[in-house]
Amino acid sequence: MLDVTTPLLAVEELQAWYGESHILHGVSFDVREGEVVTLLGRNGAGKTTTMKSIMGIVTNRTGSVRFEGQELIGKQSNHIARTGIALCPEERGIFASLSVEENLMLPPVVRPGGLSIEQIFDLFPNLKERLGSSQGTKLSGGEQQMLAIGRILRTGARLLLLDEPTEGLAPVIIQQIGKTIRALKQQGFTILLVEQNFRFAATVADRYYVMEHGRIIDRFANDELDANVDKLHDYLGV
Amino acid sequence: MVTIFGIPSAALFGQLLIGLINGSFYALLSLGLAVIFGMLNIINFAHGAQYMLGAVAAFLLLQWTGLGYWTALIVAPLVVGAFGIIIERTLLQWLYKLDHLYGLLLTFGLALIVEGIARNFLGSAGLPYTLPDSLRGGQNLGFMFLPNYRAWVIVASLAVCIATWLVIERTRLGAYLRAATENPTLVRAFGINVPLMITLTYGFGVALAAFAGVMAAPIYNVSPQMGSELIIVVFAVVVIGGMGSILGAIVTGFGLGIVEGLTKVFFPEASNTVIFVVMAIVLLVRPAGLFGRRA
Repeated sequence: MLDVTTPLLAVEELQAWYGESHILHGVSFDVREGEVVTLLGRNGAGKTTTMKSIMGIVTNRTGSVRFEGQELIGKQSNHIARTGIALCPEERGIFASLSVEENLMLPPVVRPGGLSIEQIFDLFPNLKERLGSSQGTKLSGGEQQMLAIGRILRTGARLLLLDEPTEGLAPVIIQQIGKTIRALKQQGFTILLVEQNFRFAATVADRYYVMEHGRIIDRFANDELDANVDKLHDYLGV
Repeated sequence: MVTIFGIPSAALFGQLLIGLINGSFYALLSLGLAVIFGMLNIINFAHGAQYMLGAVAAFLLLQWTGLGYWTALIVAPLVVGAFGIIIERTLLQWLYKLDHLYGLLLTFGLALIVEGIARNFLGSAGLPYTLPDSLRGGQNLGFMFLPNYRAWVIVASLAVCIATWLVIERTRLGAYLRAATENPTLVRAFGINVPLMITLTYGFGVALAAFAGVMAAPIYNVSPQMGSELIIVVFAVVVIGGMGSILGAIVTGFGLGIVEGLTKVFFPEASNTVIFVVMAIVLLVRPAGLFGRRA
């Protein structure tokens, strides 16, 4: 597929460090507007660090991260969020000292065009029932994941970074999350997904990048998935 | 004469009132410490010195410019709070990732320096601060005499404590503060300027101490060591209430003031130590404090 538009997110030669340890060794990939792109790879391959480096949470980083043509590499994470990128972290990051409603309303609106509360409840009807719950962390794992995704849909961010949204969840919840990601794509959101579960990723993604040891080692589109299944088993060690 | 448990009721209520007054200051100061510890992870040993600075600022405003109590109640917290913001930006911000001990040592050193400077300029003897005319006099409640100024201190302290609690527990800003206390990195990644929030939180905590200092000026004399005498008790209050707990700081502050007052009536010999006895017992039963979250 030929695409001549500039990518919404362009990552080039991204390197990142945690203290002394060099985690990312020059990661390059791009995400175009409206796409769902998945980073696949084993534990420790650098997927989460890539997300955190884009978001500015990992501060010790070099290379280039351009969003809508704007360079983000020197910016601090609160400024990066304000450009219209939102993160749903792997550990979900639901706050115990905030009620469910406060958790949902916490991220400030950074741009117009975010979903309304009603639209978020259409996607996650369970959340509406649990809204009165006094403590965000009293929700089940699946509900916490929905809350973690739901709250960033309000902000107007166009690019969503979803870090392993299916981790540790029951199959029926994983199906609901998959349905949600497809619905979000239809509504025009662009999504960068981190996954270890490529069977799940195959139900939502347009393209894949495979990471290992802090580098991108392979890439393919969704329609090339069948031809690459053996290679993927190798990469992911499943 | 009316007696309760063999104690003249006037003495009992008199000590209860003193307990409430002391409790008002314990609550204001431990509230500031709790807010600062929650956001900055720093045990602010300079809190007593900042309380003293509030009283000194009120004294100097009156001496130099003739500006009275009500102006001082606004201006002194602003000035001392701004001083706190400078300290946070220049010194404290480098310590957040280090052990608690470093923040404790730095703020302890600051307290010594500030008190030393104050002693150099003001001398060790207390300086009197005259009561504002509008708060002179008192009410005869029948069972006791209630000086107007003492009533004002209790009401003002309660009002400030409740307002602070409401802002933290019931508003959007408070939700940001609570969330940033738990996970500042993620809150920042949502687009909130957490470092600015931390700076302003320290400024607010310091301003609370200065506010308490202004209110204390007409009751106790203005002296360089007024803060260090109080701060040890206030730390005990914070530990009993639970480090970082807002409600714990307020309730324990007033509660222990009353306990101390009652001890003066029933067993005066123990009145200076009762708070520390309570602290020891609470720590044995609930190491995280009465309102501590990590029980």
